[in-house]
Amino acid sequence: MGKIEWAMWANEQALASGLILLTGGIVGVAGQFRGWQFAAYAVAAGVFVCLLEYPRSKRSKGTSVERSGQYCFTVCVKAFGPLTRNYYVRAFLHAAICVPGGFMLATVLGCVCLGIASLIYLVAAIRGEHWEPILPRKEVRKPITESIKNPPQNPPPRPPAEIRRKRVDDLEGAAYDNPISVTDNE
Amino acid sequence: KHQALSWARAPAACLNFNCMLILLPVCRNLLTLLRGSIQCCSRTAARQLDRNLTFHKLVAYMIAFHTAVHIVAHLFNFEYFMDAQLNRNSSLLPFILSEIGTGDNASFLNPIRSNETNPTIVMFTTIAGLTGVAITLALILIITSSMEVIRRSYFEVFWYTHHLFVIFFIGLVFHGFGRIVRGQTAASLKTNIPDVCADQFEDWGTNGSNCAVPEFAGNPPMTWKWVVGPMILYVCERLVRIYRSHQKVVITKVVMHPSKTLELQMKRKGFHMEVGQYVFIQCPSVSRLEWHPFTLTSAPEEDYFSAHIRIVGDWTQALYEACVGDKTEPQEAWKLPRLAIDGPFGTASEDVFRYEVVMLVGAGIGVTPFASILKSVWYKRIQNNQDVFTKKIYFYWLCPETEAFEWFADLLQSLEGQMTEKGMTDFLSYNIYLTRWKETEAAHFRVHHEAENDPITGLKQKTLYGKPNWDNEFTNIESKHPGTKAGVFLCGPPALGKSLEKQCLSHSEADVKFIFNKENF
Repeated sequence: MGKIEWAMWANEQALASGLILLTGGIVGVAGQFRGWQFAAYAVAAGVFVCLLEYPRSKRSKGTSVERSGQYCFTVCVKAFGPLTRNYYVRAFLHAAICVPGGFMLATVLGCVCLGIASLIYLVAAIRGEHWEPILPRKEVRKPITESIKNPPQNPPPRPPAEIRRKRVDDLEGAAYDNPISVTDNE
Repeated sequence: KHQALSWARAPAACLNFNCMLILLPVCRNLLTLLRGSIQCCSRTAARQLDRNLTFHKLVAYMIAFHTAVHIVAHLFNFEYFMDAQLNRNSSLLPFILSEIGTGDNASFLNPIRSNETNPTIVMFTTIAGLTGVAITLALILIITSSMEVIRRSYFEVFWYTHHLFVIFFIGLVFHGFGRIVRGQTAASLKTNIPDVCADQFEDWGTNGSNCAVPEFAGNPPMTWKWVVGPMILYVCERLVRIYRSHQKVVITKVVMHPSKTLELQMKRKGFHMEVGQYVFIQCPSVSRLEWHPFTLTSAPEEDYFSAHIRIVGDWTQALYEACVGDKTEPQEAWKLPRLAIDGPFGTASEDVFRYEVVMLVGAGIGVTPFASILKSVWYKRIQNNQDVFTKKIYFYWLCPETEAFEWFADLLQSLEGQMTEKGMTDFLSYNIYLTRWKETEAAHFRVHHEAENDPITGLKQKTLYGKPNWDNEFTNIESKHPGTKAGVFLCGPPALGKSLEKQCLSHSEADVKFIFNKENF
């Protein structure tokens, strides 16, 4: 299991935990269960975790796949600088957030899942991973790609047919210089 | 009248059914067996078995959904049970019902036995609660590690975490063993009829009342009846895989192709394959637990079977080092690592020969199964002189870069040579499309436009650039082969699959019928 980036799995787990915490909280509040204050907390905590975890990090190796519409979240998360970049911070943050969820049955599942996510983030942090924002790549090759879009309207200029025909008897004489030099940009 | 328990028991029933189904699509050997026997009856039915992974995922989504409903319902359920214990008022039916069985601890209804506890504690002290938590956690971990991102990049995490399903099934079977769901006993139903007696709960058991105190007992566990069958089948499946892995596989030849492609030619006693099948390869010296799927690139007519393995990750890199290392002189046969093979497993490609006209489309590495098909068709055509049903093959290879071409180009080159020798050049018509190219390469092509052989592949058929115009291609084939059934086989990205499927449907008019088949792994 050499080259796995644990943070990727921790991210999926944390996002799922956020959703579970949120759902448990909503059920607790809507059903007006005993201890609904914990459920209300869970709703807020769930939303916070989801917002934090929605933008995927850029992978150190290989292509990163964004979640749809994550760009605005990326900008927000990036604004917190080292707090969100460092996975130790995230690990302890999730561990702290999940504790109040353990006091009520409806939110206990979210609590345990978030705890597991926190552990995976800890592993990721120990292995030196950190969060990188996925930002759109600047277009450097624009001018060149535009020229390819328009195919040439005329065929390339060639010498008359007699010279082009293969003269197998006289290979030396059959060779001709291309009248147009071949370069990168036409 | 709270319905929470019913809301919990309904998804539980669905879960029983779904958990029974989920093990079946991953019993590969069973499926191949089924596929072989169904094929005589109906080919369409057999082809449905190719979509086993899709089915497995669908059932998994259902399990996740029903689990969610089940848990939410139980949350409400336990809240009401707790309410019943806490509102200790004799004029409330729930409280009276909760008091039943306090003495003998057997005929009770309310699983929460006292008012000094809370639902969370009850959950952790009952079998149903503990198993429920364990299996839900297992399910969540399985799901998060099966997300496409994780699966495609870190297969090992996905594969090892997925084995939590063992815990899932054990917990599932024991989930009902505590008999926490209670129902009125048959005997008690005679002395206390719910419809009549429910409103007279203050008089139960008193002299002059028609209703005795009701008695409840736990419902016996049912889940095991649903899942025991598939669990046994799955155990058999794993045993078959273990048995196959112990059969001796000999590497007869190792070929290193350009762009990090390793070809292994192997033999195993009693190995029989069809075109386009795949096998799982395990190399114990690299990893005892990992089995990786590879398409077979050899034809059934050859006396060995081969796979072309691209070196992209840990396992393939280690395999390369074990087989080749950096030795430049040939390896001794006994130094080659021992391998184990599971399979071969069938896919849609086996149907190729049943069509008179065939269109094969391979994108990038997806061309691999077609290596086997082309070779086999060629062998059938020339060696056994059989009258092959397939009369014409149109082959399209879409590739983003020139690099991965080489070994397949070699194959096409040798086929081309042999076809010219036998004067059968119009049996196979192939088109290679380069979908991406660099500026410097484009310049090179321009200069060598007149050359007899293609500058990239060395083939007489020139490489084309960009993407094929499928509409033209289909119309072309339609006009050349009226009144036939043409099979279209694709191994490539889903987007291409969708557009080809559309083309098949729109061109399948009067004469020619295009039938679309898709490979997937």
